[in-house]
Amino acid sequence: MGDDAADAAGASGSADSRTGTDATATAFDGGGAFVPYLAVGDPTYEASLEYVEALARGGADLIELGLPFSEPMAEGPTIQGAVTRALEAGMTPDRFFEFVSELDVDVPLVCMTYYNLIYQYGSSDGPRSFVERAAEVGLEGFVVPDLPAEEAGPLREACDEFGLDLIFIVAPTTRGDRLERMMERVSGYVYVQARLGATGAREDVSDQTGESLERLADWEIPKAVGFGIKTGEHAERIAAAGADGIIVGSALVDIVAEGHEDDRPVEETADRLAEKARELKAGATRGAESLPEPEHP
Amino acid sequence: MSETERGREGERTDRTTADGQFGRYGGQYVPEALMPALEELEDAYERYVLENEDGFMDEFERRIRDFGGRPTPLGRADRLSERYDSEIYLKREDLVHGGAHKLNNALGQVLLAKYMGKERVIAETGAGQHGTATAMAAAHLDMPCEVYMGRTDVNRQRPNVFRMRINGAEVNPVDIGRGTLKEAISETMREWSRTVERTHYVIGSVVGPHPFPAMVRDFQAVISEEAREQAREQLGSLPDAVVSCAGGGSNTMGAFHHFVPDDSVDLYAVEAGGSSLEVDEEAGVAPNSATLSTGDEGVLHGARTTLLQDSDGQIMESHSVSAGLDYSGVGPELAHLVDEGRVTPVTVDDTAALEAFHRLSTDEGIIPALETSHAFGYLHEAFESGEDLGETVVVNVSGRGDKDLETVIEETEKRGLESAPDMSVFETGGGI
Repeated sequence: MGDDAADAAGASGSADSRTGTDATATAFDGGGAFVPYLAVGDPTYEASLEYVEALARGGADLIELGLPFSEPMAEGPTIQGAVTRALEAGMTPDRFFEFVSELDVDVPLVCMTYYNLIYQYGSSDGPRSFVERAAEVGLEGFVVPDLPAEEAGPLREACDEFGLDLIFIVAPTTRGDRLERMMERVSGYVYVQARLGATGAREDVSDQTGESLERLADWEIPKAVGFGIKTGEHAERIAAAGADGIIVGSALVDIVAEGHEDDRPVEETADRLAEKARELKAGATRGAESLPEPEHP
Repeated sequence: MSETERGREGERTDRTTADGQFGRYGGQYVPEALMPALEELEDAYERYVLENEDGFMDEFERRIRDFGGRPTPLGRADRLSERYDSEIYLKREDLVHGGAHKLNNALGQVLLAKYMGKERVIAETGAGQHGTATAMAAAHLDMPCEVYMGRTDVNRQRPNVFRMRINGAEVNPVDIGRGTLKEAISETMREWSRTVERTHYVIGSVVGPHPFPAMVRDFQAVISEEAREQAREQLGSLPDAVVSCAGGGSNTMGAFHHFVPDDSVDLYAVEAGGSSLEVDEEAGVAPNSATLSTGDEGVLHGARTTLLQDSDGQIMESHSVSAGLDYSGVGPELAHLVDEGRVTPVTVDDTAALEAFHRLSTDEGIIPALETSHAFGYLHEAFESGEDLGETVVVNVSGRGDKDLETVIEETEKRGLESAPDMSVFETGGGI
């Protein structure tokens, strides 16, 4: 299974060397983890610092920090808007690393970005320089939406070298061999995409979530569900369906966007983010606690 | 079966590789949600296109002949031959139904979508030629069709928007970024990941993740397959050079493919030099689309290829007077052939392309697309500067220029080009 992919990628390590950092996996201990996403630098560097710290105050267990790329192929309009604002305000990979160094939070931080920025960074031919710099500033891992397991060999290798995690996204369409191939290369946690489509907050939470979690039931790695989670109630339902954590992006970016459009003070938007974070965290916790017996369908 | 043996077996052996790698370029850099669809497409490509399963290629060849109007002629350009004191031949893809080479690929992919049991097709379009071709093929094969087109392109290619609508396709303007082909591709990819299970994405060029670059090339390769045969019949030998414009590179790869093994045939890919080859890194803008000539390696829209990007890896906005060449990337196989030294990339700026547009129109009675005009611009510059393209040159007339008339008149006036006819007397609203 997946031999061809393993060869093609030429990763040095095998499945058992996938240690990564303990920090990301332990963030999911006890279940009901809340994993927020924000695009760094949206709408400005300084405001963004306040916003990420507000999410930590609101109960984030791990934070996904988006490094904006000009062609965010997997994002819906909400996060595209955030990316555009951040780029217009001058966000770059170097500013991003500076941001992470400056950030005063206590939870593991994961970088979410597209492969071209990782690939182009620094002097190395390939992703090594980027990963090295990420490790220096204290990032714990990566989510790269346009890098399927088949193309991830060089990044996986660099992550192994610097002890960082590489998180893969499992889609509702991922089945069989593909899933196994991915599970051999993933570390930290898996990002379970709740439904097909680009990112964006939705009123409904898809049935595809339950199916996806079922397909992953045998894998011991923590499962975080994202795409479309908007409210504490959604978070509760997803956690109650067996997710170890919930990932929320667009619903938070909406708050940042509103603050920007309405010209609100940064502190006010930060407070609203912290409040939303508490709602989502509480929902996820309730969901996790409601799991009466692990065997429950 | 004899059909299969004739063409397809040969093509299979000269595929650069089976795994979608062209040297260091190619691959599948897409969201995980799309990977199963690409695997399904790879399988369909191999079975139907390469192995002619269920007579797919027989049906394609019949339809591209009866509906598409193939084969297209290879004709001598008398006035140009005289002007340049050489034998100039034109491969007339402008005569394909719809007015451009685009139908070769669109018809192939819409038919493939049908064989795969998909319920609808979506497509991106830049100049509108691919969208138009897809809309025609979809109407012809009774498939629902939606086209994504950047707002800037919607505004500068209105006749094609009307044609798509008239053929029954939905046209969705894309209001992201500068609103050109790059944004249209990103948005179509997003739409594809929403509806991947029942939808086929008819990509319009030799770009994107494997198997698109190889598959689109195979559908377009009919251009060089015919041209090579026609040159032998009409000239008694192969041409010394083939000249083709290059944006994403589908007419380019189509016109080059069967000549690639012929070392005596020089291959020139003419890119849009836009208004300048200088880059404004601060503004993130390259005022050209000269990816092969000035870009460097990176990952965009599913493939590792050559790109216009800044030093951080952010993709730059490209520019060309021709919407169909206005793209920051290029097909991975073409990037590879340039690296190998097999294809020579050259550039022609907006003004030279406009002059070439008028020259071909008055010299030969053929109004070329602005994209195609770049190939003729290079032909002119090469002969004027004494560069030796050889005795016989084939230029691929990738499309006709009806869609560009408004742009051409406006841009020509702006520049005060002497070669252009005076249109001022026809201006509306000017009084008496």
